[in-house]
Order: sequence, then structure tokens, then C-alpha cells
Amino acid sequence: MDRALTRRWATGKTDQRAERTLGALAVAVLVLIGAMLVTVVIKAWPSFSHNGLSWFGPGGDVDTQIRAMAESKALPGRSLYYFRAWPLIWGTLLTTVGAVLIALVVSMLAAIFLTEFAPPAIRRVLDPVIRLLAGVPSVIYGLIGILVLARYIDNHWISNARRASVNYVVQLNGNDVMTATLILTLMILPIMVAITASALASVPGAWREGSLALGVNRWRTIWRVSLRTARPAIVAATVLATARALGEAVMLAMVSGGRGFAPNLLDGVTALFEPVRPLAATILQNKEGLTIPVLAHTVYAIAAVLLVSAAMLSFAGWFAKQRFHRYGLRA
Amino acid sequence: MAATELAPAPPSGSVIARAPRERTGSWPLIDRIAYFLCWTVGIGLCLIALAIVLFMAVKGISYLRPSLLVNSPAPSVVQSQSGGFLDPIEGTLLVAAIGTVIAAPLGVAIAAWLAEYRRPSWLARAVESAIEVMAGAPSVVLALFGLLIFAQDFLGFLSQRAATGAVYGRSFFAAGAVMSILALPLIVSATREGFAQLPDRLREASYALGRTRATTIRRVLLPAIRPDIATGTALGMGRIVGDTAIITILLGAGLTMQPVGHTPVIGLLRGTGPTLTSYVYENSPAGEGLAPQKAYAAAFVLLLIVLALNAFVTWLTNGGARSEGGGLSRALRLIPFMPNLSR
Amino acid sequence: MDPMMPPPVRRIAIDREPYVAPARPAGNGHAPAATAATALRTARPVAAQVRERMRIESVWLAYGENWVVRDVSLPVRQGEVLAMIGASGSGKTTLLRSLNRLTEITAGAARVGHITLDGNDIHELEVNELRRHVTMVFQQPNPFPMSIFDNVAYALAERPTRGGRRRRRSPEIERAVVDALQRAGLYGELAGDLERSALRLSGGQQQRLCIARALAADPQVLLLDEPCSALDPISTATIEELIVSLRDSVAIVIVTHNLQQAFRVADHVAFMHLGELVEYGTSEQIFDRPAMQRTRDYISGAFG
Repeated sequence: MDRALTRRWATGKTDQRAERTLGALAVAVLVLIGAMLVTVVIKAWPSFSHNGLSWFGPGGDVDTQIRAMAESKALPGRSLYYFRAWPLIWGTLLTTVGAVLIALVVSMLAAIFLTEFAPPAIRRVLDPVIRLLAGVPSVIYGLIGILVLARYIDNHWISNARRASVNYVVQLNGNDVMTATLILTLMILPIMVAITASALASVPGAWREGSLALGVNRWRTIWRVSLRTARPAIVAATVLATARALGEAVMLAMVSGGRGFAPNLLDGVTALFEPVRPLAATILQNKEGLTIPVLAHTVYAIAAVLLVSAAMLSFAGWFAKQRFHRYGLRA
Repeated sequence: MAATELAPAPPSGSVIARAPRERTGSWPLIDRIAYFLCWTVGIGLCLIALAIVLFMAVKGISYLRPSLLVNSPAPSVVQSQSGGFLDPIEGTLLVAAIGTVIAAPLGVAIAAWLAEYRRPSWLARAVESAIEVMAGAPSVVLALFGLLIFAQDFLGFLSQRAATGAVYGRSFFAAGAVMSILALPLIVSATREGFAQLPDRLREASYALGRTRATTIRRVLLPAIRPDIATGTALGMGRIVGDTAIITILLGAGLTMQPVGHTPVIGLLRGTGPTLTSYVYENSPAGEGLAPQKAYAAAFVLLLIVLALNAFVTWLTNGGARSEGGGLSRALRLIPFMPNLSR
Repeated sequence: MDPMMPPPVRRIAIDREPYVAPARPAGNGHAPAATAATALRTARPVAAQVRERMRIESVWLAYGENWVVRDVSLPVRQGEVLAMIGASGSGKTTLLRSLNRLTEITAGAARVGHITLDGNDIHELEVNELRRHVTMVFQQPNPFPMSIFDNVAYALAERPTRGGRRRRRSPEIERAVVDALQRAGLYGELAGDLERSALRLSGGQQQRLCIARALAADPQVLLLDEPCSALDPISTATIEELIVSLRDSVAIVIVTHNLQQAFRVADHVAFMHLGELVEYGTSEQIFDRPAMQRTRDYISGAFG
């Protein structure tokens, strides 16, 4: 039925009131989000304006800079805004990108296994378990990370020689990039597997059958037809997972080491065992200092970076999906 | 047509071949490697997932005592005297309740507007983008924003004032309100899905009888998508229950409920207190770290709550209430009996 | 009036002549259906040579405990079109699908008997190898969500060649794709734009694309499962001409529930009923002089 017609039919006084009320609520939400974006940027502005673009660059120990800000009195001096967030950004990049890359590969293989190769018994067990894991609160992952994985890595993978090699710079315990990335992968895996598996399962059987009938074996059928059809969903899942990984504060605060340290890749494998503190975790660890203006501005600056990144991610995901519509693939 | 004698079965002694599974031995090497990788990852995931679930279950059950559920936490270095987690459980329920009570009606209203009205269309697109931003925003950022708002002077009644007159800004009100932002996108998208799946003939039947759109939505469409609304609400509650960042920023790290003032319920809401998530965080090595066993037990209770919500959602989406017959026929039957509200 | 009794039958009296549409002049090109069909059949050149490609020997097929095809023996020859007709449930589709072992993707399928391709038992061959020699076109056109070129080239990249797998845009593949599209009579209509999404083609074009895709692998046998049942009459006519034109280069087996289509297209016809092969013969034999009573009943429309 023509939507325009129905719209004209069903208007009356009550209807206009109802439409205005509902619309007002929707606009209220819009205004709220807009206000959030605007306030965060406004409160963040002093930190950016004092540091310029080198806010994102390296330059000294982040922890020292934060401590200096925390100890300042109410009157902010210009130099107190000095902040070089590179170690935090580097930590965020390492953990987030690492986790998403690993999770992408693993979730694709796992989803293919779940929909194509798994015996029905395993499928029946794994389905609800994955859905449960997708809903597990991040603090529980953090608990497992800090009490199980970190201790294990500390005891078995970090040898004394390794410890000694970086002793002059940093102490190694089990809380490091590797633990953080692994637990983060574990956290975002279930949702990616669930979305990818459901997309693979909804590939029209006609395509699958047609491909098999042309003499293409099952794996290649999956690779060339099913996965291709599921690409929009995989993109959506990746964007979702990256946003979650980016915004994850609590779990990373528990396992990543809590030091604003930038692991030096030239250290080789040892770099994986060095502590980091991603952006979101930094906000959490400095929540007490929000009464100090300088520190508050800096924290809001970090929040602004996170917010803008999340918004850019959504846009990138939307843009990628548009490209898939060309070949008739819908998410 | 006369039924003719059909040969019943192949002659005995003939070989019956059942369909074999496609043997991968003849595949190219790279395909075989991929097949092997899929199996390895699949079984590995299975094992890890089961390991996590079993580990949490075993640790949780071994440390969980019924007394823990009914006692309040008491600060003490000795484990056996540090009380239970009644307060955190109360806190979790409180925050979930406030967040859902705010988010559910708002979410349904916004979803109804997006699904049925959508005028002007640029506004609808803007609202959709706002909901997306809400969904993707990190909860720490939402918490900071909430702190900013609730620390304003005119909202001092929602939390408490320090001696200097500055508004503290942290309370269950504040936390619940910010939690509703977490739950809102989930409720909106689930409800919109529900609206989208309702066939047009439902709306046409109602309009043809002279009902306004508002009445149609209220009396016909909303009752028909009750399962979707419930699904969205349960998902939103799950997200609220699991969040720690907002709690840490907007409710502090206390162990017991600290009401403000002496009014019975409002005092509680204006005060601060723990939730299960902040309790787990505090008792882990990342916080005070004094009672990892309590942390495991509390985590187990948290898991049970999440499991219950998950099971509820599964029941809703698979059960009979979801079938087209149920919701539709109920709605169709209701239309003629509604009072004439068109003006 | 008893409310439980049905209402009385009312006959509507007509007091005027029934309306008959005037016959269109023959110069329009739309000759009445019957003569057009016989014209198609008589105008067809006799096939150059006929050689046997596949042989179905005493085949029984079952899904689970249910025998769907019972003791069927048929030859499949290149140079002719074999049509399998019968009512729903007669097992003709199952038999067709067993020719390229597509029945194996259903769990619980069982078989007795032999099917050979050029003398080799198809169950000894590797299944994907077999399916490159015996390809299939389905009832609903199912082009992949890729460009037209990629659709037709889909199976080509899988064929191992002496030098390893051919790369996607190699001249051989391009030539093979254009070749297949020409054989399917689709090349001219595409105006050279092979990068368009295949899903944007019309239904008839999509089905011809599927035929081109099946032909690209240069099969010996082409199986068609009711290929025109989802198409309009003009597309149907185009595809039927295409089928007749292909019979010299590929052995064709077509399953159809449309008797007129079988009449137009087939050289040999196999009539199946409830899993059994009731009668097999040339189309003149089956349509003009059916030997079995059941065949006569089916052709005359007594059941179906």
C-alpha cells in the first residue's frame, strides 16, 4: 500500500499531537547526543590548543606528565598542559588492531566451521555457549585475565633473562600487551562469530547448490560464494567489534599493565610483554582527578579522541556497506 | 486410475550405496589446509569456550555460600569476616531498574516515531545517526558526560553536596540515567525490527476502520510487537548489568550502600553504593584485591543474571509468541473492539 | 431452510453467443501454437551424429527408506535431447540430480545400480571432476552476486590446466567466457558490458547466463531441471531454441512438467510415474502412438 496515502488518511488532531510528542522525544535524544559531542569537544579544547598536533606525538613519559598535572594547584600554567599522548595511542593501536586482526581470521574460520563442517551435536552445544559468551560482562573477562592468564604468562613465558633485558626501563609482570590483546580477542570473538555465522547460514541455498553443481568443492564454494555474500555482515561485525575494543576501559585497566609505556618493537618479542595503558583505561585510572581543571581538560581530550574514532568507525562501516550494494549484497 | 503393483524394493543381494561425505582427499592442497584450519579453530574455540564457562562455574560454586547473598559487605582484612554481597546485588538491580525504566518507554516512543512517522526525513536520518553514535560510544565517555551534567548546580537534588557547595554528581540517579543511554539503542533497534516485520495489511485494516495512526500504534501495533520490545529491554538490561566503567565513575568504589538524607527510597537513589561489577573489580587484584574468592563468587552471580536474561531472550525469539499467527491474529481481532477515538 | 444444508446450485443462463477473439492475420508472425510447434520440430535438421554419453542401468534411488526411483534404465546421447516427463513425485528430478551426484548433498540418500559416463562409473570418479563434465541448470535462475564475467568464469578458474590454475583475467578465460556467452545466445544482448552485476539481468537473461555458466566448463552432458518454469513465454521460446541448437555439441537431458515443451524440444522422451519408467521412445512414438495406457492417460490430461 502506498505509504504516502496512508499518511494522509490517518491524520487528525490527536494524531498531530501524538506525532509532535514522539517527534519531540526523538529530537530530545538528538539534542542530547549533540550536546554530548559539543561539550566533550569544548572541554577538551584547552588541552588541544595548548599542545597542537603534537598532542598525538611522543615526548616524554605520560605518567609523569599526568602526575604533574595532578599536583598542580588551581591556577593552570601554560606548561602544565604539556601532554604527549603517543604512548597511550600506541598502546591502544597495538591492543585494538591486534585483537581485531586475530579475531577477524579466527571468527571467519570458526563461523565456517560452525555452519558447514561441524557435526550437529557440536553445533547444538556451541551455539548457546557463544551467545552466552557474547553477553559476559567485561569485568569477568578482566578477572580471568588478571587471575589466570596474567599469572600464567608471568610464570611461563617471561623468563628471567627477558626481565633483565628491560629491567632498566620497566618491570615486567604478567600484565602486558600480550595478555591485553588475548583477552580483548576473546571478548570480541563471540559477537563476531555469531554475526558471521548467521550471515553464512542465510546465504541462499540456490547459490550453494549451483556452485556445487558446477564442480566446485565445498571449501571453494564457501570461500567464493558464501563468504563473499556475507561480506557486508563481516564488515558490520568488524566495525562493531572494533568499537567495543576501542571503548573497553575496565578490562584493559585490569590486565594491560597500567603504565603509560610505549612498547618498543625493536625489543623484539619482549615488546609483547611490556605493559601498556590504552586510552580508555587511562580515563578510568584518572577519574579521581577530574576536579583539577588541567587534568580534567586532558582527560576530556582523550575522551574526545575516543568519541571521534568511534564516529569515524561507524561512518567507515556505513561506507563499506554501500560498496557492497553494487552486487546486490545486503547486510 | 487403478493402483498398479509397484515393485517393492530392489532385488535382494544388490548393493545399496549410501551417500558418502565428500572426501577431501582429492582437494587441492591449499583447500585441505583451509579445511584443517577450520576444524582446528572450531574445536579450539569449543574447548576454550567450555573451559571459560566451566572455570567460572567451578570457581563460583566453590566460593558461593548462601550467606553471601544476604549479608552486606563489611570491610575487613580477614576473608571470613568481610561479609557478603547483598549490597552489590541491590545496587545492580537498582541501576538496571532505573536504566530500563527510563530507556524502555523512550526507546519504544522513538522507535515508533522512526518506524511510523519519519517526518521530516532529514530529521529521521539525523536521529538514526544519533542512535548509532550512542551505540558505538565508549561507556567511559558517556560516564564523563554524565558526570558533567549531574555535577551541575541545578541537579544537586539528584545527588549530594559537598561541604564546599559543589555538587558531588555521583549517585544511583546519575548512574541509572547514563545507563539508559547504554540500553536505548538496543531497545530502539529491536522495536524497529518488530515494527518492520509487521505486515502493512495490519495498519491498513486499522486505518480503514477510521482509527488514527496514534491509536493504531498504541492499540494494534505495540501489543503485536511486545516480544520484540521485551527482547530489546532484556538485551539492554544485559548491557547495563555488565557495565563497570559507568559505575566506577558515577558511583565510586564503596562497598556498602550510602544513602543520602533520610527519605527511604529517594535517599537510596541519591546515594552511592556498589554493584556486582564494581564489587568484582574492587575485590580483584586491580582494586583492593583483598578477596579474590568473593570476586569469583560475585562474578558467578553476575553470570547467572546474564544467563537468565539470555535465556529469556532466546525463549522470546524462538517461542510461539514470535510466530506470525500469534501476534497478528491477536492484533487483528482487537481492531473492531476499540472505542471510536478518531476526531 | 436448514442452515446446515449447502445452498442450492444455481446455473447462470446466457442468452447470447460466447465471445471468440478474432484470429490474427498470419503475416504478424504469430501462427497458432500447434502449427508453430510442429514447424519448429519439422524445421529442425536431423542431428549430424548421435553418440551415447551416459547410461543409466537399473537404478534405484531412495531418500531414507523411501524408494523414489525404481529400476530405471535409460541412455543419454549427444546429438539429441532427452526429455523426462511425468507428474509431480514421479522421481524425474531425483533421477536427473543423480546424474551429477547432486543427490549426495542430502543426507540419507541411497542408490542401487550403475550410472556410467563414457563407460566410466560416475561413482568411481571424483565428484567435482564429474560435475565439470555433467553440469546442471536449475529451475530458478541462480546467478551469483558477481559480475556477468565472473559468473561465467566461475568454474573455469577451478579447472586444473597443465600450467597450474589459470589466472583470472588471462586471455584463455576471456575467450572461453565470450565463447560460452555466444553459445548461449546472450553475448549480443550484453553490448559488451560484462562487468555489470548479474542480478540486474532479466529473468530470461539470467537463465541464459546460468546456461552459459554451465557451458563454460565445456561439459559433455547438460542437465536442465525445468529451466523455463519461472520464465515468461518469450524467454521460454528463446531458451527452447537455444536448447535445440546445443544438442549437437552436448548431450541434453531436460526435465519438464510442461508437455508442450517436451513436444517442441525433445527427440526422445521418457515418461515416469511414481518412480518407474513407464515408457521410453522417440517423441513421435510417445506423443502420437503411446504404447502404455498410463502414458495415454497422462498425455491426454487424465491426470497430472
